[in-house]
Amino acid sequence: MSAPVAAAGVTDNALQSAHGGKGPATLADIRRAGREAFASLPMPGRDDERWRFSDVRSLSLDGFAPAGAPSTADASRLVRGSALTADAEATLVFVDGHCVSHPALSAVLVKAGVVFAPIEDVVRERPELLRDEALRHPALLGGAKMLALQRAWFGSGYVLHVPDDVELTKPLSVVHWALAEGSASFPHALIRVGARARAAVHEWRLGAQPDLRTLSVSATDLHAGPGAKIERLSVQNWGSAAQSFEIDTVTAEAAAEVTSVNAAVGARRARLENVVRLQGEGADVRLLGITVATGEQEFDQRTLQVHAAPGARSDLLFKNALLDRARTVFSGLIKVEPGAQRTDAYQTNRNLLLSPEAEADSLPGLEIEANDVKCSHGATTGQISPEELFYLLARGIPLAAAQELLAQGFLEEVLTRIGDAGAADAVRGMLRAKFHS
Amino acid sequence: MPDSLVIRNLHASVGERPILKNFSLTVPKGEVHAIMGPNGTGKSTLAKVLAGHPDYVVQSGDALVDGQPILGLEPDVVARAGLFLAFQYPSEIPGVTIANFIRAALVARQAKGAPFDAKAYYAELYAKMDALKMDRKFTSRFVNEGFSGGEKKRCEILQLMMLKPRYAVLDETDSGLDIDALRIVSEGVNAMRGPDTGFLVITHYQRLLDHIVPDRVHIMWDGQIVHSGGKELALELEEKGYDWVKKELAHA
Repeated sequence: MSAPVAAAGVTDNALQSAHGGKGPATLADIRRAGREAFASLPMPGRDDERWRFSDVRSLSLDGFAPAGAPSTADASRLVRGSALTADAEATLVFVDGHCVSHPALSAVLVKAGVVFAPIEDVVRERPELLRDEALRHPALLGGAKMLALQRAWFGSGYVLHVPDDVELTKPLSVVHWALAEGSASFPHALIRVGARARAAVHEWRLGAQPDLRTLSVSATDLHAGPGAKIERLSVQNWGSAAQSFEIDTVTAEAAAEVTSVNAAVGARRARLENVVRLQGEGADVRLLGITVATGEQEFDQRTLQVHAAPGARSDLLFKNALLDRARTVFSGLIKVEPGAQRTDAYQTNRNLLLSPEAEADSLPGLEIEANDVKCSHGATTGQISPEELFYLLARGIPLAAAQELLAQGFLEEVLTRIGDAGAADAVRGMLRAKFHS
Repeated sequence: MPDSLVIRNLHASVGERPILKNFSLTVPKGEVHAIMGPNGTGKSTLAKVLAGHPDYVVQSGDALVDGQPILGLEPDVVARAGLFLAFQYPSEIPGVTIANFIRAALVARQAKGAPFDAKAYYAELYAKMDALKMDRKFTSRFVNEGFSGGEKKRCEILQLMMLKPRYAVLDETDSGLDIDALRIVSEGVNAMRGPDTGFLVITHYQRLLDHIVPDRVHIMWDGQIVHSGGKELALELEEKGYDWVKKELAHA
């Protein structure tokens, strides 16, 4: 149970004891491949362009171990605190990677063939779903070592399958709690929404105490079938000493509409890697990122928008507000492959510095191999406008409150694009709390 | 003068350039005073200096709100002391709704930690928006973002009506207004006239003073008041033009 996750020579036995050791061959295969890859890959170095501006010197995966299942009392307390998505169709709750609540879907959805279940159940009941090629997506943006570790410990997380033409009217919710100090968790989300189907899924990553030191490496593979419509929200609010890595792959088939939102609130350092592949004509993907970085936090955002089909549209907007000595790095690339004519691709990163010691680095990029495209990228880093600030002060609003109001206004552009107003409110509340921490 | 806005011997500059030169004026509570003058004479500077704008430097002089000195105070402290500035060019505040903006301004005037009566707030806000013929949907619009000139000025007057200052300085509130908007804005100001509020209306043109009839009119020239009179002075100025001021008054 307490085997360190990243130490060399982690044995098969140690891995299997952490996950019950009853997995079928597929699980063992995934873990073995992960272990081998982890052993062979180096930690990211300072010369790795994909880690540029990240504090790689302090990067370490040591000193964490998977935690045991929580006590019944802890589990039920955390399940009670998991109603973050109002009106959720169903909510899965994990504590330190262990599924503690798994309500059944409505009979209508079960009959329609919808699967929304923890991976441990899927292993038992629908093992074929885990042979999905999505599990073979590589980490293209620098996190291969972390993804290998995630696969070495594969077993937590969930599968969402929505068959063709099935529309979910209410959002699904997944809550991951970190409870034990020093715990490591490696959840995977395998989301496959069929042709013309519709779903929304909200994922909340929360520390049970504000100052917890934990490790999470999560992987998400989201596949939107032709004409599918998906809104996905991932909110990271781990404890203040946590390390978090999210490695996401979004694949959009023809005319699929995907909105993917990443909100970063907690953790000491958190890195997001998001690869979006528009592989069907007319696919439409919106990528939103929102961060309030405080204290010594480092938020690292790496994105890749690959246009592999004609007439597709992608629109990225990442906004970061920084206080104290916090740091953010945004590095994004739009890649338009030959033949992806009539591409519409946009990428915007805006950073608001609320402290002279905060630092935001921005590395936008374009790589275009088609000739009929509309692409733009822009990055700005600035401070609060003195004239806007004076306007608020002249109404009697004190300096600190005025700065906070302007910073919240800056972030609102992202929040208003979140389709689910209740979820947007929950995120808004978490971000606002950071101005008073 | 406890019940007055008093400005005494005020000298102020932008950078090295002196703008206000020994400016003095007293606006008793309950009165409406107009300041007229050509462009570049220091009217807007006066408004910004009173509000505590950091770009202006005060060399000497006093400004008092009901006896309380306000020069050198932070702009938010000046505002809470009871001075309101209606901006000539109100800023756009992306992402901050009018409702949240005015609410924050009112919360800042409450005792710390006191509960905010949201129900009463919205009732009052809606009533005042109705009076200004503003669509209630404006409460969820971002402050001044994408507003027409007239909408911005109406929004300024809405804030004035909600914040109920002791003294209001209206800086070129008529600029950018068509005649309908001018009438609505003026009605808003006139509805606030009374023993509890003093007004300093800064304008280049006489037409605003057809709608907001002043008790006193002052002519400003090169950083100071050069002539004062009753409401008929505005008409005289309109008739004779600023050249008259230049010839007859400025160097008297």
